[in-house]
Amino acid sequence: MAIFIDKNTKVVVQGITGRDGSFHTEQMLKYGTKIVAGVTPGKGGTEVHGVPVFESVAEAVAETKANTSIIFVPPAFAVDAIYEAAEAGISLIVCISEGVPTQDMVKAYHYLKMKGVRLIGPNCPGLISPGLSKVGILPGHICERGPIGVVSRSGTLTYEVVYNLTLNKLGQSTCIGIGGDPIVGTSFIDCLEEFEKDPATEGIVLIGEIGGSDEEMAADFIKKNVSKPVVGFIAGRNAPPGKRMGHAGAIISGSSGLAADKIKALNAVGIPVAEIPSQIAVLMAEKLAEYRKRKIKKSKAAPKSGKTKKKTAGSAARKKATRRLIRKKR
Amino acid sequence: MKIHEYQAKEIFAKYGLPVPKGEVVSSPDDARNLAVKYGKPVMVKAQVHVGGRGKAGGIKYCKDPDEAYFNAQDILGMEIKGLFVKKVLVTEAVDIKSEAYAGIIVDRATKKNVIMVSPAGGIDIEQVAAETPEKIMKLAVDSIFGLRQFEALKLARFIYPDIKMARQAAEIITRLYRAFLGSDASLAEINPLVADATGQLIALDAKINLDDNALVRHPEFEKLRDLDAEDPAEIEARRADLSFVKLNGNIGCCVNGAGLAMATMDLVYHFGGRPANFLDIGGSSSPEKVLAAMKIILNDPQVGVILFNIFGGITRCDDVANGIVQAVEKLNVRVPIVVRLTGTNEEKAKEILEKYHFPATSLMEEAVKLAIKEVA
Repeated sequence: MAIFIDKNTKVVVQGITGRDGSFHTEQMLKYGTKIVAGVTPGKGGTEVHGVPVFESVAEAVAETKANTSIIFVPPAFAVDAIYEAAEAGISLIVCISEGVPTQDMVKAYHYLKMKGVRLIGPNCPGLISPGLSKVGILPGHICERGPIGVVSRSGTLTYEVVYNLTLNKLGQSTCIGIGGDPIVGTSFIDCLEEFEKDPATEGIVLIGEIGGSDEEMAADFIKKNVSKPVVGFIAGRNAPPGKRMGHAGAIISGSSGLAADKIKALNAVGIPVAEIPSQIAVLMAEKLAEYRKRKIKKSKAAPKSGKTKKKTAGSAARKKATRRLIRKKR
Repeated sequence: MKIHEYQAKEIFAKYGLPVPKGEVVSSPDDARNLAVKYGKPVMVKAQVHVGGRGKAGGIKYCKDPDEAYFNAQDILGMEIKGLFVKKVLVTEAVDIKSEAYAGIIVDRATKKNVIMVSPAGGIDIEQVAAETPEKIMKLAVDSIFGLRQFEALKLARFIYPDIKMARQAAEIITRLYRAFLGSDASLAEINPLVADATGQLIALDAKINLDDNALVRHPEFEKLRDLDAEDPAEIEARRADLSFVKLNGNIGCCVNGAGLAMATMDLVYHFGGRPANFLDIGGSSSPEKVLAAMKIILNDPQVGVILFNIFGGITRCDDVANGIVQAVEKLNVRVPIVVRLTGTNEEKAKEILEKYHFPATSLMEEAVKLAIKEVA
């Protein structure tokens, strides 16, 4: 099992004939992703790496029943591509494009919520459920199937962490990059919720960075709703304030968005935050072992059905006797 | 992208917001001439991309043209929080009867545009939020319907109980919101919004931060960029489509991906080194970009080693390797290069770099330690 994507995911690539669209279509196909269609207006009827190209997402969906879309179009057209996919009946949209104007996202976010369509990104590397499907640009060969869910605002830092987890025999259920922009379609909380429900996920790695308050809100959510162990890492501990560190969303504004505050918020709810990337695997191995021990203890401690029945019967009888006594006394 | 007060006021004026009459000058003589032209007391205000100009002595009242001359002389060339004042805005002084605050930001938590108003104007809004939050009213604007009139009036009445003043303020808030959307701002602020002796509301100060991602649809805003306020290396980096922030150390960094670049910077500090810069060469790789990155890093005389930390997803390791090779052959590379290349096409990359014998590793922490050793 995994979150958001699995063997049944059928993908349409918007922008398939472009340099990145075409390159990554081939990479995804090699990984085993079911890419059933591509879309580039004007190139309908052609083929890219054996994938049929259509004039529009609606045509692609009608012909191939694609349910997921990945967008490799220039940022000026990305939100339009998102709207087109949503209107065509796509239920999961992954937008790789970087540079989408923030006001475009303000509108798109609320429209998609109304429509019940999930957007991952923009400005993200997509996601991969190792061994099942890859809808994105994450290098598949560094991943391995396993019990760790990884959610991150970064792209290449995610690969670094996943590479390290794999080297330490901590395989992944799903690795998802939610994107580096200030407004993204899917938040840490959205992913944590899914990881908590996913039977294949036993531990979660959360990779954050400066800017915004998604990590602080995630900490609050974890305290109330997540029982599985979480390990964190926050990039930008040494970022100078007021400067945009690459990602549009990675900026310390006034007193908000500091790495130190995010680390504090996570620590406050019992989540260890690694000092350096390689420490993540070490912390996760510890937490996972503790979590598994606790699970075993719980299942051993659960009383056998015979004994339970007796206990209940006994206590009910005692209650009845007590009530008779009280009535008599009255 | 930050813009100056006088530029923000020009944008405000386009959207019908009341701003005091004023012009920007860069000499004391021009300041005096303007004061003569206006024929009344003026304000001379430093035009720099920082707050707290008043406290630093960068905003002065001038009762006559001579005072305008001397104040402009003092303020021009002044250093405020690391930035030098090259221009001053000379505006008609306003007889201030009250000061309020009105501002709009993109709120990341609700993913909506949020309007904030307060009767406490002329103070840092973060300070008001910290000390007297009850003096702030916030309203998240519906992202499909936009700002509705009754909402603008609700906000206005929070500042001005008097209905006539409130209606005036509601119109200003509405126009401020239009200016915010129309210029694709990430922040638009009037602080203070003042009422003068006649009860007229005026935007005494104006601040607009423009969304970098939207600049491509506002080509007219590119000329607002103050290149004097930016580090020359950062200007060159932007032209080469690289994300670059100058730091103070001696370890030049070239990384693909902002998160990884931040983590690399943190790791250098963690192991006792000092990064010279943050540099993200971005997703789509090209040898030309690598060459441009190396040029910029090498322009910094403090740099004693260049550390490449590349984890290839969209970035192809062989492209980066070709870039490094081209750079070494074209430029005078006076410092050692430490290379970490992992991911897409890493085997091809290794083949390309083999004859150069750069200290190379597939592990990030090892690469950082090697780089620190080179400058020890």
